[in-house]
Amino acid sequence: MSPSRVDQIFVWLLRGLAALAGSVLVLIVMFLIIESIPALQHVGFARFFTDSSWHPAAKAAEGFYNLVPMLAGTLFAMAGSVLLATPLGILSALFCHYYAPPIIARQYRRVIELLAGIPSVVYGFWGLVVLVPLLRHIEPSGLSLLAGIIILTIMILPTVALMADAAMANVPQHYLQGAAALGLSRWAILRGVVFPASKAGLFTGVILATGRAIGETMAILMVCGNIVQTPKNLFEPIRTLTANIALEMAYALGDHRTALFFSGVLLMAMIIALVGLAEHLVKGKIYG
Amino acid sequence: MLGFAACSKSPQTDKLVITGSSTIAPLMAEIGKRFEQTHPGVRVDVQTGGSSRGIADARQGVADIGMASRALKEDENDLYAFAIAQDGICIILHQENPIANLSDEQVVAIYTGKINNWKDAGGNDAPITVVNKAEGRSTLELFLHYFKLKNTDIKADVIIGDNQQGIKTVAGNPDAIGYVSIGSAEYDATHGVPIKLLPIGGVAASIENVKNGAFPLSRPLNLVTKTAPEGLAKQLIEFAQSESVHDIIREQYFVPIAR
Repeated sequence: MSPSRVDQIFVWLLRGLAALAGSVLVLIVMFLIIESIPALQHVGFARFFTDSSWHPAAKAAEGFYNLVPMLAGTLFAMAGSVLLATPLGILSALFCHYYAPPIIARQYRRVIELLAGIPSVVYGFWGLVVLVPLLRHIEPSGLSLLAGIIILTIMILPTVALMADAAMANVPQHYLQGAAALGLSRWAILRGVVFPASKAGLFTGVILATGRAIGETMAILMVCGNIVQTPKNLFEPIRTLTANIALEMAYALGDHRTALFFSGVLLMAMIIALVGLAEHLVKGKIYG
Repeated sequence: MLGFAACSKSPQTDKLVITGSSTIAPLMAEIGKRFEQTHPGVRVDVQTGGSSRGIADARQGVADIGMASRALKEDENDLYAFAIAQDGICIILHQENPIANLSDEQVVAIYTGKINNWKDAGGNDAPITVVNKAEGRSTLELFLHYFKLKNTDIKADVIIGDNQQGIKTVAGNPDAIGYVSIGSAEYDATHGVPIKLLPIGGVAASIENVKNGAFPLSRPLNLVTKTAPEGLAKQLIEFAQSESVHDIIREQYFVPIAR
């Protein structure tokens, strides 16, 4: 077999695998949409945003299906945690890469990796028995948006930190040497050379972390109180869309069940919109 | 081909379809597994969909056996019901809460937000954290039914999923009030978890009182058939009522029925 033939087989193999990965996503989205069609027919699109509350019933006419408070809950929890985790994660990577002595850096990296591997239900349990009782001293009952944001921040911090760490490791050594030869201070090198050169990696880390923050279910379910309401401050309980699906899916019938599938479609749409927005913001240049 | 042969050879009741209450379904699935072990070639297929579906399916013959987590109503007397276990729910507080008793009216007032400080119920000056169950749970239905409440009337501070989450929430908050399955609450309370079980209507919340029928907030878990059961269905019902599944019933925090 000629080398070009081997190449061709390999290329088609890769194309096949890529198509497979892509079609899984398409199949999931299609499944969600098909399952939620009855909800759109019986309840209607508008009622998911205009009904007075979320008190679903198996028959569309008997229930209320407002998803807006849960959408808001999801967005607030996500935004809060990403805003906290992004600077912390990037600072952590900077420390690890440019300030810490090698021995400490290695240990520190191991700790962050370990943090990334802890199952979310463990974070949730810790939140429920340690964090929530602490917050209760500030404002009862402690189960709140703030608890959710703190837990989510701890959970997505390793993602940001590890991605930033990898991105900084990829900054070519001669960039740094060149900058140092110009007599720049360490902070000036970081700001003027390292950040621009590792921008793509930092950004990818934040996107991955945001996705995880939107999708997180178990830990959020345990610490957020799960009251369906738009929170007026950080100390009020919230329910996220994912927590709602986890709480109700096993017991939902008829239109209630399909409404939950529709909330799944909304989640999917949010994530797609997020990635789209991110791509647009950097106009595709960042990965170039 | 083999599959086809097996299907066409024995179309009799090698497969039992059981549908209905989501409370009983996990229990029945476990009992079914054990039944399959002792009856090779038999498959027990358990599907959920609520007590009403269990009744309807049994009546229409769609299912061999229906599951209903309540007593039969008057217009359902044409069906045969076989109780396999009892389920009771109780109100729990943190151990440090000085309150030892709440009347039904006080519970209703707390859950509807008319009382929102423990001092109005004879306790400390502290805001009450009301713990409610998520939509669709049978514990919620039984609670609402007993206290004649609608879920839309309840002003909850926390909504939880399963019993364990409820117990942990109350155990971590001295000002919380919640309700859970008696079986799990009694087990945890006797194993060092700082919760206490409140009596309802003057009757102490205990598995013992559910068993002897004195506790008001309880219900039977029923298997329902259209005609007097025979063959495999009869064997399975007798198996589900026998002592050899009492360990499964206790594992799922239900109360076996004394015979």
